[in-house]
Amino acid sequence: MTTGLPGTGAAAGIVAIVLVTVATLALGAYGLRLSRTTSDFMVASRAVGPRMNAAAVSGEYLSAASFLGAAGLLLAFGAEMLWYPVGWTAGYLVLLVLVAAPLRRSGAYTLPDFAEARLGSRAVRRTCALLVVAIGWLYLLPQFQGAGITLASAVGGPGWLGPVVVAVVVLVNVTAGGMRSITLVQAFQYWLKLTALLVPAAVLLVVWWGDGRPGDPASTADTTAWSVPLADGGAQGLYLTYSLIAATFLGTMGLPHVVVRFYTNPDGRAARRTTLLVLVLLGVFYLLPPVYAGLARVYAPGLADSGSDGLVLELPGLVVPGLGGDVLTGMIVGGAFAAFLSTSSGLAIAVAGVLSQDVFTRPFRGTRLSGVAGFRAGAVVAVVMPAGVALTGSGAGVATTVGLAFAVAASTFCPLLVLGIWWRGLTPAGAISGLLAGGVGSSAAALVTLYTPASDGWSDVLLRQPAAWSAPLAMLVMVGVSLATRRTVPAHTNRLMVRLHTPEAVVLDRG
Amino acid sequence: MADPGPRPRVRVTGPPRRRPPVARAGEVDQDTRLGGLYVGSLLREQLWLAVRTLTVLVLVVGSLPLVLHLAPDLAALRVGPFPVAWLVLGGATYPVLVLLAWRYVRRAERNEAAFAELMDEVER
Repeated sequence: MTTGLPGTGAAAGIVAIVLVTVATLALGAYGLRLSRTTSDFMVASRAVGPRMNAAAVSGEYLSAASFLGAAGLLLAFGAEMLWYPVGWTAGYLVLLVLVAAPLRRSGAYTLPDFAEARLGSRAVRRTCALLVVAIGWLYLLPQFQGAGITLASAVGGPGWLGPVVVAVVVLVNVTAGGMRSITLVQAFQYWLKLTALLVPAAVLLVVWWGDGRPGDPASTADTTAWSVPLADGGAQGLYLTYSLIAATFLGTMGLPHVVVRFYTNPDGRAARRTTLLVLVLLGVFYLLPPVYAGLARVYAPGLADSGSDGLVLELPGLVVPGLGGDVLTGMIVGGAFAAFLSTSSGLAIAVAGVLSQDVFTRPFRGTRLSGVAGFRAGAVVAVVMPAGVALTGSGAGVATTVGLAFAVAASTFCPLLVLGIWWRGLTPAGAISGLLAGGVGSSAAALVTLYTPASDGWSDVLLRQPAAWSAPLAMLVMVGVSLATRRTVPAHTNRLMVRLHTPEAVVLDRG
Repeated sequence: MADPGPRPRVRVTGPPRRRPPVARAGEVDQDTRLGGLYVGSLLREQLWLAVRTLTVLVLVVGSLPLVLHLAPDLAALRVGPFPVAWLVLGGATYPVLVLLAWRYVRRAERNEAAFAELMDEVER
């Protein structure tokens, strides 16, 4: 993976990247004609139907970790890694039953908006804004890093090229058209990513069938170990697996770029139907990474050692030599590039929305920016910061950072949303203490893991996957402190709960 | 009609997006005890539905690691060249998730329709 693929392979990759970039910008420009108001920019004026929105949610959600990372992890570590795609999908079921419709009915633009509307406290709002930016940047950083790695290995460009290209395309699209044009782009990119992974997989399966369906060349014992969907190490492995399940099942609802999408639905009913369709679209997509891992196990077991993200990019060339393989590889490079673009765009929108509301459109020395100008300023800061960090080359591995983002989301926004929607007794003090306990606990655990040598003790295991204890901790602190400060339950709580849970068919004063 | 050629862009307004009012909810709006009871019962019903759905999720999908921890031999089972664990977790889980979600959406909408009907009757 040090040099690029030879000749035609690199050419196919470059063609694919250029095509994806041009299509993205063209669709963005088309959407731009429709974007006029602040509401267009932030929530596409809440007029996106379930089908379009579900494709957009899925297109935005399927990042490089899903497109490239999952198959590589499956090949290297076996069935225990199946919990990533399963958890990334099941997270939407949890989101559907606990938050989808009420969140939409809250009528807020962003997560801090929701927190402020529910609890009526500026302090809670600021804490949430800080967390959205933190989680957003944590999730953006690996997207830019991954873009650098992919571009370098696929077309042989220098390492800085990927982050710069992705950052520029995202910025142009987001600052120009906001949510309205991005919705169209992301819906398109879901189908692009599915095709880019499905067609090569189908070709590879045909080749495999033609070769007489060869089985796994490894020993039976080795294969059995590879098929256990459980981390190694007895009870510790069990804990690690369950903690991963907790982080992905609960963390999905707390990711800022996922949540902001739900405000673009016209009503609560549409929000539910969107989520149902998202489950279908994600389920179809996630059938594919195991196919790549299984075929790699048969045709190229050596790939497991050469770095996990390269598997999907290299396998077609190894199985189908010549021009055919190059074309398939080109498709995958294009799909991976679409993955970087769509996820970073969604995150940039979410972070920019929060930054513009809480930083850039506040009065400063007597002047203030307009809504759209503030959104654009927010987008620049949202993209440039993590892209800059990615360019310096520092930071942990791609999978580690994404895992950390999920754990922090599961330990902060998940308890806030669930308690805020279903429990009248939540108080501002309770919410802030819970957010701090979960946020500080999960991120401190991750920092300790990153900067101290690994060991086999329970303390190391608990810190490596914190979600199984940090999410319940945040929930308990929120409930405990709220009960202790019972007299500060906001006066408007009952009215707001009515608004969150009453179907739109019943006419209410929704002020 | 003759071809009008390139037309200037005009702003067209459509019908209102809101659905026509089906039910009014004075009791709920005015925050009376009766209104509180109505919404409280809807909220409890929806929460109970969510808890039931999540319980099924935990029992069906979430129990897999524990089952394999207690009975590791299951991992050696295979159908043709494919290990059963891969087929179950990598394939069969997704339809189960979609089925659970579909069932939830249907029942949640039914609860809401019943609530809207009740509000309608109360107002009359």
